[in-house]
Amino acid sequence: MLRIDGLSHRYGEHAVLDDMTLEVAEGELVSIVGPSGCGKSTLLRCIAGLISPTSGRVTLDGTPVDGVPDGLAVVFQDYSRSLLPWLTVRDNVALPLRRRGKSKAERRAAADEALASVGLPDAGRKYPWQLSGGMQQRVSIARALAYRPSLLLMDEPFGSVDAQTREDLEDLVLRVHRTGGMTILLVTHDIDESVYVGDRVVVLGRNPGHIRAEIDVTLPPERDQIATRADAEFVRLRAEVGRLVRGAASGPVAA
Amino acid sequence: MTALSAPRAMPSRLLRALLDRWLVLVVLVAAWEAAARSAGDVYFPPPSTIAERMRRLWFSGPASHLFLTGEATGNILPSLGRMAVALAISAAAGVALGMALGRSPRAHAYLNPVFEFARSIPPPTLVPLLMALFTLGTPMQIASIVLSALWPVLINTADGARTVDEQQIQTARVFRLTAAQRLRLVIFPAALPKIFAGLRLSLSLSLILMVFAELLPGTDNGIGFELTDAQSRSDLPTVWAVIVLLGILGYLLNAALTALERRVLAWHFAARRLPG
Ligand SMILES: Nc1ncnc2c1ncn2[C@@H]1O[C@H](COP(=O)(O)OP(=O)(O)OP(=O)(O)O)[C@@H](O)[C@H]1O
Ligand SMILES: [Mg+2]
Repeated sequence: MLRIDGLSHRYGEHAVLDDMTLEVAEGELVSIVGPSGCGKSTLLRCIAGLISPTSGRVTLDGTPVDGVPDGLAVVFQDYSRSLLPWLTVRDNVALPLRRRGKSKAERRAAADEALASVGLPDAGRKYPWQLSGGMQQRVSIARALAYRPSLLLMDEPFGSVDAQTREDLEDLVLRVHRTGGMTILLVTHDIDESVYVGDRVVVLGRNPGHIRAEIDVTLPPERDQIATRADAEFVRLRAEVGRLVRGAASGPVAA
Repeated sequence: MTALSAPRAMPSRLLRALLDRWLVLVVLVAAWEAAARSAGDVYFPPPSTIAERMRRLWFSGPASHLFLTGEATGNILPSLGRMAVALAISAAAGVALGMALGRSPRAHAYLNPVFEFARSIPPPTLVPLLMALFTLGTPMQIASIVLSALWPVLINTADGARTVDEQQIQTARVFRLTAAQRLRLVIFPAALPKIFAGLRLSLSLSLILMVFAELLPGTDNGIGFELTDAQSRSDLPTVWAVIVLLGILGYLLNAALTALERRVLAWHFAARRLPG
């Protein structure tokens, strides 16, 4: 579904991504982990068509990405700045549905449903700045879910929520992934999380950002916060990912 | 929306603040009264004389006319009407052009030098040109107000539209809003605080230009006309009455705009009050 071919990007003189090649199948959930500053957000922006890479290309369903493709949603890392302070939470969530020719009542219903799914059933009439950081982050997740994208890019979407909510949201992502059949790329700092939600974990290294390893998550698709995390295979995988990430953090290593 | 109302200041503190503000004015007026009386100069009538003249000129009409005299409805209302029309034209044109200028680097490149040039021309120097272009009287008066009041809205709108948070633009792009939706739902609201800043400047400019335009030939009513008329008759109390009236009008109009701004930009003020 998604193909990334020899993707490189530099901001001016500063090389950020170097020759990345990655393929993501339809309906796959791929976790991306890597040290801070290795270019994860830049990679997502290239995939979303928000910036055009210096070289290489991104193809979505066989069409080269040039501009933002239809049916793609992003949960931005900077969630609070991506919510519009002059719109209520509900209007923020319903905002992307305007393009879909839905009636006001339909948009409203979809927004309320998405808000309920992230555990904020009563926040619709508030304004984003009246919510805590974690709640704002969930609103921006709700906005992406209400859009029902076929490709969902999430950039550290659970960074500001408490541990309990985080687990709930991880399970929510797994649920919508399973039932909605969407393809998801999820960037995270959390090694456990990358293994818990992912079908595959892509580990990035930095200076400049490159793909260091891809690890298939050989766990059954049904995940459970308690049982899965206690699973011997899970423990082995997270140790492996952890080793790779730590290696990546300490600088470039011959791949 | 109770959540949007301003945080209630301690009522006693609010009262004191108000009192302090008016106190200065009261003291100043009292001092003026005393000084003017002791000087007895015809050019500087005491405030009580000015107030009495204002009442007689404008506010001693029948109750059915809200106590406005024919003099008031015949001069103040036409002035305010012209100013309102001119301000509305300036706001509409300024916002429209400003948005184009702010969002399109090409429009900016082409038009900005023109605007910078046009806005640095002092409006009075344009009078001969305006006289050739517009019918004397109301059309020309409105044109001369617009020609001044347009620029602050235009330049501020352009600035506001140019400096929209990149993250908000990217959000609009990701969710593929149409160009019209992007303008209406993202760029315009984001630029609104600056648009209001521009409107405020335009408002005071248009009050000044309103008076100025009524000094031009072809004027037969209006506050400015009343001023020149009184001046030619050496009727100093009326001259002063007009000056004070203009001060009061300026104050009230600005207060009205501020009230509107507080309403429309409630999200802006509330969001900014929060830390972080
Ligand atoms: N718009 C930009 N202009 C110039 N340099 C940029 C820009 N955006 C990012 N960078 C640089 O590119 C590098 C990668 O940034 P990016 O945000 O993609 O990293 P990241 O992996 O998402 O980091 P984090 O985990 O902290 O979010 C950083 O060194 C950053 O300073
Ligand atoms: Mg990032």
